[in-house]
Amino acid sequence: MKKILALLSFVLLFIACSEDKDDNILPGPTNANISFTFSHDWDGTTINSTNLQTEIVTNEHGEKMSMARIRYLISRLELVNENGDAYLFDGYKFTDLQDESTYNFTPVNNNIPTGNYSLKFIWGFNETDNIDGAYLDLNSASWNWPAMLGGGYHFLQFDGQYNVDTTAPSPFNFHNGTARVSDGVFEQNFAEINLSTPITITNNATIEVKMNFAEFFKNPNTWDLNVLDTPLMPNYDAQKMMQENVVSVFSIGNITQ
Amino acid sequence: MKFNFTYLLLFGFVFFSACEKDDEDNGYVNRPTPAPLEIPQIFSDNILDPVIPIDNPQTVEGIALGKKLFFDPLLSSNNTQSCAHCHLPQNAFSDIPRFSIGVDGVPGNRNSMPLFNLAWNYDENFFWDGRVFSLEHQALEPVINPVEMHNTWEVVIQRLQQHPEYPNMFTSAFGNGPITKEKATKAIAQFERTLISANSKFDRYLLGLTNLTPEEENGLNVFMDEERGDCFHCHGNPNNPLWTDNAFHNNGLDATFSDLGLGEVTGDPADNGKFRSPSLRNLAFTAPYMHDGRFFTLDDVINHYSEGLQDSPTIDPLMKKVNEGGVQLSDQDKADLKAFLLSLSDPSFINNPDFQNQ
Repeated sequence: MKKILALLSFVLLFIACSEDKDDNILPGPTNANISFTFSHDWDGTTINSTNLQTEIVTNEHGEKMSMARIRYLISRLELVNENGDAYLFDGYKFTDLQDESTYNFTPVNNNIPTGNYSLKFIWGFNETDNIDGAYLDLNSASWNWPAMLGGGYHFLQFDGQYNVDTTAPSPFNFHNGTARVSDGVFEQNFAEINLSTPITITNNATIEVKMNFAEFFKNPNTWDLNVLDTPLMPNYDAQKMMQENVVSVFSIGNITQ
Repeated sequence: MKFNFTYLLLFGFVFFSACEKDDEDNGYVNRPTPAPLEIPQIFSDNILDPVIPIDNPQTVEGIALGKKLFFDPLLSSNNTQSCAHCHLPQNAFSDIPRFSIGVDGVPGNRNSMPLFNLAWNYDENFFWDGRVFSLEHQALEPVINPVEMHNTWEVVIQRLQQHPEYPNMFTSAFGNGPITKEKATKAIAQFERTLISANSKFDRYLLGLTNLTPEEENGLNVFMDEERGDCFHCHGNPNNPLWTDNAFHNNGLDATFSDLGLGEVTGDPADNGKFRSPSLRNLAFTAPYMHDGRFFTLDDVINHYSEGLQDSPTIDPLMKKVNEGGVQLSDQDKADLKAFLLSLSDPSFINNPDFQNQ
């Protein structure tokens, strides 16, 4: 009996000490705090609150464009190591290009083992998270996607003018969210962004995620604003093209640690 | 025994002195009574908490003082105009004329803004052009504005000090010490934060207490449809019952600007012609409309967005089909949109006895 008890205690001791990757909170030299900073550009030209409304850019199709407003949402940032262990950061990131304080994201649960990782996240909200009206801060930012289009939230609001070098510039509203197939029939429209660039974490680190807005109009669908400018929210094909084009928008920048 | 008794006495002394109320630490003897805002369910269910500055909590005494100041013409140079002179309760604290006339008979150049749900202006940019941060600072300006009350705060404070009631009211609300303009505007801001409107027909519909008419329902669809009204990008939605984004937009009123709006404040030409979106609540009481009160009816407003848009370099891209003047709503959609907009008005707000001068 004593032997059994001793064995049991021994086993319990080891189970208790095995690392649980879900709650890797213990600080120590082998762990690191992670934060993210998002930087934005148009094919290499930095876009921030200073020049958002003044920069004139040219899209892949050839139209000269100005930008008035860019806001976007990503969620479920996750670092995955070489063994396939995934570390999911709570929360979502809502960015308003006019407000540079929103460019950074410091997750609450931000302690992971050092090692080699790659980053993945969700463009917008996935079906589980995209619950109509569920997030008070996003409601307060009027970020809602109309119920008649499936509800939930915008993933992107990109407003501006195109053909600004002509006498007849026109507005565009490049808004992305749930796709409406037909009246009352909706299709999820989030995208899983997998950035394969290896990220080596040796210490507390800030990971720069770069976002090239030009890619929204480039790859794989060359966007013709003369045809697709506004309204795009109820346009199923436009919504699915945006879902395809967002995949190449993001890349990994500098890792500061 | 005597020894023990001494200790008992000492213990008792320490015990009682420890429990004695220490008024010295509070700065004044009578603390004002906390009066936290009662947040309507329609707000707590949907949007973030209101903004209450940490150094100006809501109190019974502060609100009472603020209300008295709000309705008191002693704030104006010739004792003829109170805040309520241009912010009338029955007009959701807006004014009837396009431009309010100041104490010297000179009109301003903007329409008096309605006052409600001000604590939910998260960015705290006030006035049509957002030139002042925080409600406390906002209240400083009309007193000294030459086309409004045209007074000085020195004169106001002198009058308050010599008044039979105000000195005691200031002490009750803010403790001992001199009456200051900062205390006065803190009190006014406290009163203004109590001006909460959240009991429109549409609020009750969202709470499941009433139904919309078919016209109101279609009007909501016009409002939320990017192909028709597309009002929701700037004016809230059923999940944001403020019915404003409190942000700045050029909504296509003019091709050239006599009033630069936000651009005058920031000095950035990209902001020219931008004004803060007003809430669509209580439209039934807040005519005329727009920053310069140019539209006297809701029909005029709807017609503007439908076919009256004027292009300009800073026009908001959310103003669609500007080349055709707008989205060309059908007569039925216009009528239904108006019916929906009127369902956002809240008669219980303008009749609330707490908000009247009494």
